[in-house]
Amino acid sequence: MSTATTAPKAASTLRGARLPKWAPWAIAAGSVAAGIGISVAAGLHSNIQWALIAAILYILGTYVIAARVENRRQATDRVVTSLVWVAFLLAVVPLASLVWSTVQRGTKVLDVYFLTHSMGVVADSETGGGIYHAILGTLQQVGLATLIAAPVGVLTAIYLVEYGRGNLARAVTFFVDVMTGIPSIVAGLFILSLMLMFDMEPFGFAGSLALAILMMPVVVRSTEEMLKLVPNELREASLALGVPKWRTILKVVLPTSLGGITTGIMLSIARIAGETAPVLLLVFGSKFINANPFEGAQASLPLYIYQQYGSGEVTAYDRAWAASLTLIAFVMILNLVARGIARWKAPKTGR
Amino acid sequence: MAKRIDVSGLTAYYGSHKAIEDISMTVEPRSVTAFIGPSGCGKSTFLRTLNRMHEVTAGGRVEGKVLLDDEDLYGTGIDPVSVRREVGMVFQRPNPFPTMSIFDNVAAGLRLNGNYKKSELADVVERSLKGANLWNEVKDRLNKPGSGLSGGQQQRLCIARAIAVEPNVLLMDEPCSALDPISTLAIEDLIGELKERFTIVIVTHNMQQAARVSDRTAFFNLSAVGQPGKLVEIDDTERIFSNPSVQATEDYISGRFG
Repeated sequence: MSTATTAPKAASTLRGARLPKWAPWAIAAGSVAAGIGISVAAGLHSNIQWALIAAILYILGTYVIAARVENRRQATDRVVTSLVWVAFLLAVVPLASLVWSTVQRGTKVLDVYFLTHSMGVVADSETGGGIYHAILGTLQQVGLATLIAAPVGVLTAIYLVEYGRGNLARAVTFFVDVMTGIPSIVAGLFILSLMLMFDMEPFGFAGSLALAILMMPVVVRSTEEMLKLVPNELREASLALGVPKWRTILKVVLPTSLGGITTGIMLSIARIAGETAPVLLLVFGSKFINANPFEGAQASLPLYIYQQYGSGEVTAYDRAWAASLTLIAFVMILNLVARGIARWKAPKTGR
Repeated sequence: MAKRIDVSGLTAYYGSHKAIEDISMTVEPRSVTAFIGPSGCGKSTFLRTLNRMHEVTAGGRVEGKVLLDDEDLYGTGIDPVSVRREVGMVFQRPNPFPTMSIFDNVAAGLRLNGNYKKSELADVVERSLKGANLWNEVKDRLNKPGSGLSGGQQQRLCIARAIAVEPNVLLMDEPCSALDPISTLAIEDLIGELKERFTIVIVTHNMQQAARVSDRTAFFNLSAVGQPGKLVEIDDTERIFSNPSVQATEDYISGRFG
């Protein structure tokens, strides 16, 4: 009757040989040792050479060993996994080293005095001085640029997503794409040509205008994507309640996507905060505190870094690094704030 | 409150594609009318023409007349926003506003339209939630987000939101298709209660549901894919399900549909 009980138990087709968990590390250690060994034997001196040899040995070794012990599919899987890891390391190593060297050199002169004083009467070769005037300039120029670009950008995106049909919308989309590719120096030259036409001296707001040109397309693009993510069902639900379209956009669509829109604006601010070229052309730079962005030359952080580094003095180098650290910190804080707002404003799903 | 709908010679398009052709029918006040028919036959499109939601879709346009108690919804000078305040709608998938609490969701129609008294708001919300048989389940967590409710509760929240603005007609586009049998039963019971106060039109793929909840049933069909959908017949539900006058209706209901 029952044949299943008498039949011999077949070998499982689901279970195969697996390399132990420590195998990749062992292969890695072996290839590094072999890489160094080969380099020493061949008299190669560069670190890059032995690292490359080790990497190639590692990938070959992984493939051969895994193909032997496991099977070809597993071997391919392991090789691709290690390639992904290599790509990740290639991306992270320069970033980490940049942050490390900036922190190391930047903290030398960075203190409260540095943040609260200008370069006033300090020569480039002297110690002392600070970046208060540059921070003030950056905040004012970037702030004014945001005041111009953020509303224009968000409203343009609302037009494109909610109202735009036909040729005008296509043209706007095309020009936004073109604007995304404008080099910052060209935006600067554009405003400069206007300034020369009206015979004006450099001032902070001119820089803001150029920065706003650079910021606008980024805001439009990111806001557009966020608005497209809002499900159409929410718009229809609101319209079906007899809510006019403009109120639907204002009270349903925008609140739903507010987190994403804010993140986009913050990231675009981070992008323009590091622009040097237009500021150099239009704001010129100054050693003194100028709190009026509408008259007279102003400083800004990226411009300050450029000018201090260009002066060639050791004391100025230290100041340039400290200013770089401040700028990175500024951008990082903006990013953190953006993430915080995105999390805080994200549509709630909890009970 | 409840109003009669008189449709005559209604044809709706998506761009150049004709979705439904020459539909005429009367929907009685204080009754439930069910639309049945195969997918793509234009039931939902027709439903959306009844509160001018069809034209929200890009390229959507309509020819013909829809009279709401003798007033043509497509007449000159008619504001679609006002039409939608009189003719509410519940959608296939529950769609509470994700940024709003349960209370705010129900109050959304009044708040966003701006014509309400602050003192009345809490009363309206309570009345609407009770009307949607949801009050007892959510009265302790009105400030929690509406998206935290179960699917059936969310759909009843959407019904509460729709009846909070006191429409004359309530359109329901497959309101139970995303719900389990228990939630479906809750909503069907609710439809039975709501028809005392509203004119209700419901689209459904579930023939038993149409038989259970509706007073009159309309059968839609299309001759071939790509052809516009047409109204085959509309009659008392009992007659449609026992002795329909058109052979196609009987084939569809009995499952002998080609």
